[in-house]
Amino acid sequence: MNAPVDAGRLVWDGAEWDFGTLMRMHDACAEIAGEEMGLDWYPNRIEVISAEQMLDAYASTGLPLFYRHWSFGKHFAQHEAMYRRGLRGLAYEIVINSDPCVSYVMEENTATMQALVIAHAAFGHNHFFKNNQLFKQWTDAKGILDYLEFAKGYIQSCEERYGEMAVERVLDSAHALMNYGVHRHRRTAPNLLTEQKREQERREHDEKMFNVLWSTLPEKAAAPAGQGEEERRRALLQLPQENILYFLEKSAPRLQPWQREVLRIVRNVAQYFLPQRQTKVMNEGCATYTHHRILTRLHDQGRITDGAYLEMLHSHSSVIMQPEFDDQRYSGINPYALGFAMMQDIERICREPTEEDRAWFPDFAGSGEAMPVLRHAWAEFRDESFILQFLSPHLIRKLRMFHLVDNASEPVLKVEAVHDERGYRRVRRALARSYDPAWSDPDIQVVDVDLSGDRKLILEHAVSEGRLLDEQEARQVLRHLASLWSYDVLLREVDPVSRASLREHAVSPPR
Amino acid sequence: MQILDRRLNPSGRSLPNRQRFLRRAKALVQEAVRDASAKRDIRSADEGGEVSIPLHGIREPSFHLGSGGIRDHVLPGNKEYSEGDEIQRPPSGQGGGGSEGSPDGSGEDTFRFVLTREEFLTLFLDDLELPDLAKRRLVDGADPAWNRAGYSVAGSPANLSIQRTMRNSLSRRIALKRPKPEEVEALEAEIAALEGDPAHAEKVLALRAELERQLLRSRRIPYIDPIDVRYRRFEPVPRPVAQAVMFCLMDVSGSMTEDMKDLAKRFYTLLFIFLQRRYKHVELVFIRHTHEASEVDEETFFHSRETGGTLVSTALEEMQKVVADRYPPNEWNIYAAQASDGDNAAGDSQKTARLLVDTILPACQYYAYIEVGREGEHGIPGFPRGPTDLWRTYEALVNAGAPLAMKKVRHRREIFPVFRELFAKRGVTEGASA
Repeated sequence: MNAPVDAGRLVWDGAEWDFGTLMRMHDACAEIAGEEMGLDWYPNRIEVISAEQMLDAYASTGLPLFYRHWSFGKHFAQHEAMYRRGLRGLAYEIVINSDPCVSYVMEENTATMQALVIAHAAFGHNHFFKNNQLFKQWTDAKGILDYLEFAKGYIQSCEERYGEMAVERVLDSAHALMNYGVHRHRRTAPNLLTEQKREQERREHDEKMFNVLWSTLPEKAAAPAGQGEEERRRALLQLPQENILYFLEKSAPRLQPWQREVLRIVRNVAQYFLPQRQTKVMNEGCATYTHHRILTRLHDQGRITDGAYLEMLHSHSSVIMQPEFDDQRYSGINPYALGFAMMQDIERICREPTEEDRAWFPDFAGSGEAMPVLRHAWAEFRDESFILQFLSPHLIRKLRMFHLVDNASEPVLKVEAVHDERGYRRVRRALARSYDPAWSDPDIQVVDVDLSGDRKLILEHAVSEGRLLDEQEARQVLRHLASLWSYDVLLREVDPVSRASLREHAVSPPR
Repeated sequence: MQILDRRLNPSGRSLPNRQRFLRRAKALVQEAVRDASAKRDIRSADEGGEVSIPLHGIREPSFHLGSGGIRDHVLPGNKEYSEGDEIQRPPSGQGGGGSEGSPDGSGEDTFRFVLTREEFLTLFLDDLELPDLAKRRLVDGADPAWNRAGYSVAGSPANLSIQRTMRNSLSRRIALKRPKPEEVEALEAEIAALEGDPAHAEKVLALRAELERQLLRSRRIPYIDPIDVRYRRFEPVPRPVAQAVMFCLMDVSGSMTEDMKDLAKRFYTLLFIFLQRRYKHVELVFIRHTHEASEVDEETFFHSRETGGTLVSTALEEMQKVVADRYPPNEWNIYAAQASDGDNAAGDSQKTARLLVDTILPACQYYAYIEVGREGEHGIPGFPRGPTDLWRTYEALVNAGAPLAMKKVRHRREIFPVFRELFAKRGVTEGASA
């Protein structure tokens, strides 16, 4: 079935490559990705970088131009030390969700690795970024590079004007709350291009801005706040508010305009990363499936050598390695492995379904071509819903998954479900839920401000399943929160059903 | 489709972040550097390398769930379990479950990274400062260098610039039309040729008048005028005394054990590193003494044994001699560190004190006395060991205001604190005591 290798048709041969080779690889991949797979991608920009630059990019969360902060230096030092000791290799590529889509490839890669990286990042990830609903709704691929440029410049100008330390303090605090700087439920797509203009307008506007907190202070503080008063206040402050950074930006009484803008920058970056956190399995699954399929097709067509194909398979299989739970190397489920296995499983269900598959997936079992199903899945789902929809009993059996419940109040762990008829749905539900941020991240919201008293900010953690916050870290974060808010902060951990307060953390701002 | 080559972009983009990180973690890193240098062989203490600092100090906190409550795990690779099985909880931390880790995936509680040599040393010596820097700053050393700086109209005859003076003279002569000697000669020759010929009598008369005028002109316009004269000008430029010599003085009599010598050696090494940071060129002189002193090489200094009494003054005399021979104090920064167990012959104290105050201390930038002792020697409560002879001698000098630093050291780990104390920033200590 393999076409004989024809030297004239080879896209590349051997380990050496130059820019012409990259160009040929890109075109060959584009042919298969476009015609056979029906992918749809942003225009590609491939940037060749050195290992040191790759470490750089690593340290600043993969973004090419990021503002300066010590924590990136810390990550750099950590990666560098591990890299030097040989504990960790470097990623072969980093890809940025932007339009045009920027993929970084390392100069040390062999020709085969470059082809793999191009197929993986420049087509797989690229398609996913462009088509997945989460990315479409929550990120602005066109604006991100310009926005980062603006953010970097803005933070730098703040440092010049107000001093590095002052800026660092705000950034530290904002970073601690970064995960709570996102709107999880929103309607309009962001437009980062207008952000810069906003900043200028903000300064002028700010002087005139109506600040709810101040306006309620003098006379009304004396009057007893009735029920209606409380309602009005909460509506004005948009409470309860899950986006803590947004709340601080809008309502913290003593922040300077530039500090509000810094909060906004951190918040926007966090928002930009939100879809990535929710689609790790799918995104990597899509990219891995794509590179595997493209390179296999090229090999079928006799356009790459057997040696190159084997090299590709070697790194491919180490990427999708999934150690078992009792293995020394086990550190959670490998998103590449699970994602790729699920994509392949969907392909199998489309092509050669069993009776079981027909019963479980009547919509597409035996539909023949897998790509329409995959493209639909890649566009419309995130990890949680994707697993809930598409994880098949076949794959649960293959990976021998089981669901373990760890109840701290009991002396033993309990196996709740295994890969059998009774367990499939329960395993699948439990796995899907573990990918749901609403489940895995503590649900913390700003619920009230004691306006008539000491302006104490009150937050609530809706505790689920008795899982309380890590106390020490929570206090540290609250200290950061208090320094932004400038008054006392109280975090209540509340049982959502009984409304009983399980634990309280009160922190005062640093004097 | 675009391909960009970014490899040529300036590297070190992360440098500002790194500096910020080091500044942030400075206290921790400094601690780590101190620990690291204590563990290492002190000769390689200044080589930089990997240090680890506790993670909690540079933690970026975030809200996350602590232990407790009900947790679900879905794990791959089931081999034996079936529904409803109960499994013993694995011992906390690592275990069969393998699912509990810190949220960032790294279970380490220390943070390891690599410091460059430069960073290592900067941190190592950061809050140390040379003593008496104010008095003899590196930059404005007492002995300035003279650099050429153009020409001046005044100066000493030795600096006369003949070339420049002659050039000025020549241009002035041309400008004022001073006759050249050849022109005068030519006139005289012409007069001589025409003289006696009546046909030319009128012309000769004219020529004579011309000659007269020319001669007058050359008398009035001097060949070299004072305004032509130029001198080479020199400017004094403060020259840093870029060289230092370090004298290691040590009592090697029988009472000094190997441990004590090792302590002393560590102090010397530290001082040496410190000086190397400050001066381009550092020389070492080793002087050992028993009842007589001699200059020796490093190997002999530390390792060969001697017997005899103890006369500290002999070492000081030897040092004085070496200074006079090879290290004039205006060209060399002189540092001296003396290590001893404190013994000295009873009659020698007076002489030692006089030598120090009169000749050694004025020549030195810094003189440190380290009294080494055995570990635990000071440990008997209620029976404090009295100060040694030498300690008493030096203490009297210090009380009288002599610029002499003295400390007692009993264990290797005390070396660095002592060193730090000796070299603590002058401003800080003065400020504290004021």
